[in-house]
Amino acid sequence: MSAGTYLQPASVDDALRLLAEHDGAALVAGGTDLVVGTRQGKRTLPETLVAIHRLPGLDGIAEDGGALAIGALATHDAIERSELVRGRWTALADASAIVGSPATRHVGTLGGNLANASPAMETGAPLAVLGAEVALRSAAGSRTVAVGELWAGPGRTTAAPGEMITGVRVPAPAEGSGSAYVRLEYRRSMEIAVVGAAALVTLAGDGTVADARVALTAVAPTIVRSPAAEESLRGGRPTPEAIASAAAAVHDAASPISDVRGSDAYRTAMIEVIARRAIDVAARRAGGEAVPVPATMTVGGTR
Amino acid sequence: MSHACTLNVNGISYPLQLDAGRTLLTVLRGELGLTGAKEGCDDSECGACMVLVDGRPVNACSYLALQADGREITTVEGLAKDGELHPLQAAFLDEGGVQCGFCTPGMLISAEALLRRNPDPSEDEVRLALGGNLCRCTGYQKIARAVLAAAPGPTS
Repeated sequence: MSAGTYLQPASVDDALRLLAEHDGAALVAGGTDLVVGTRQGKRTLPETLVAIHRLPGLDGIAEDGGALAIGALATHDAIERSELVRGRWTALADASAIVGSPATRHVGTLGGNLANASPAMETGAPLAVLGAEVALRSAAGSRTVAVGELWAGPGRTTAAPGEMITGVRVPAPAEGSGSAYVRLEYRRSMEIAVVGAAALVTLAGDGTVADARVALTAVAPTIVRSPAAEESLRGGRPTPEAIASAAAAVHDAASPISDVRGSDAYRTAMIEVIARRAIDVAARRAGGEAVPVPATMTVGGTR
Repeated sequence: MSHACTLNVNGISYPLQLDAGRTLLTVLRGELGLTGAKEGCDDSECGACMVLVDGRPVNACSYLALQADGREITTVEGLAKDGELHPLQAAFLDEGGVQCGFCTPGMLISAEALLRRNPDPSEDEVRLALGGNLCRCTGYQKIARAVLAAAPGPTS
């Protein structure tokens, strides 16, 4: 594997300057996508690597004015173990806990997962239902985009050359909310979602659904929300029948492909099942039930 | 273009000049002669290359050596001390957790990472901790049993 230059900036500003100065330079944090992809022959290693894994201050996981602020270098392992994330942004903990293997989770970062923009990424659907915003910086300035606006297609983002994801801000879910992420998997570890779904359910005082959000994994070119499923849930009680009916509505957003992990027909059949499980767990959590993280292993994952 | 770096492996410092694209595994095996970590899939799937970097399990086949500059690296060669097998190594032998041996260094390293964090794991926790390590011989039962046998148990 050849690469020309390895640069190790001492600060975010340094990193942004290096990105601006070197055409085609790429950021590397954990390398679990960049380096592995190179090993697999999917790409060549970029001529210039800007290694950001040691940049100080970008791996935080903290509450900030009620919102959750996560630095781009926070690892899946750190997110999975955060009591803060588990408590109030539970769907994200569900997802981080099942990324790859322990080694993947120790090295892989949230920023890297977002930037890699795989339609099968685990953290995307949870961040989509939780309403996350992604902070981007470049030498020219900074901006914030809704997470759904970050992804442009498989492996592609709307980040401009020279822009770097510095962190994610996730608003506090409303009172009475619960969230969950569930994936269909053939095995518990080293797995990539066959399909996956995240749900956020907010219950009103009378037990009806005040708000609902549903997002789907690995059934479209990017992570997608399902407006039809969300609309179906709102205003009613989260009974098994209502949840099944909402899950049956996700096909508005699902246009899966066939690949080595599953056919389009199989994915179409399964996304409904997985969405039902995700909505069910989110509703149970919204009602105060402590459904253990990761939800996938609680509600019918491989054992 | 080569870059200066220092790898601290099993308590020894190695000053090196490395090309940017070198993986940690090729440096450990090719430059330092530490052939315990194995190249299996070379793809982060099989775990035979597992080493600890600052105590965390890392697939060395897919980790840039330069990214480990200055970090504390532990390979399977660093487990035994003063001629005494590490408790995990002894337990693997006692329980029959070693057959062809190719996966063993990675299994030991992943198990060591687990026990450093959780000295009293359940069998399910052991299996999840070894989820990134493939073994084609043992069927995993004896490996899981060995890790449980080597676990120090609850800390008081």
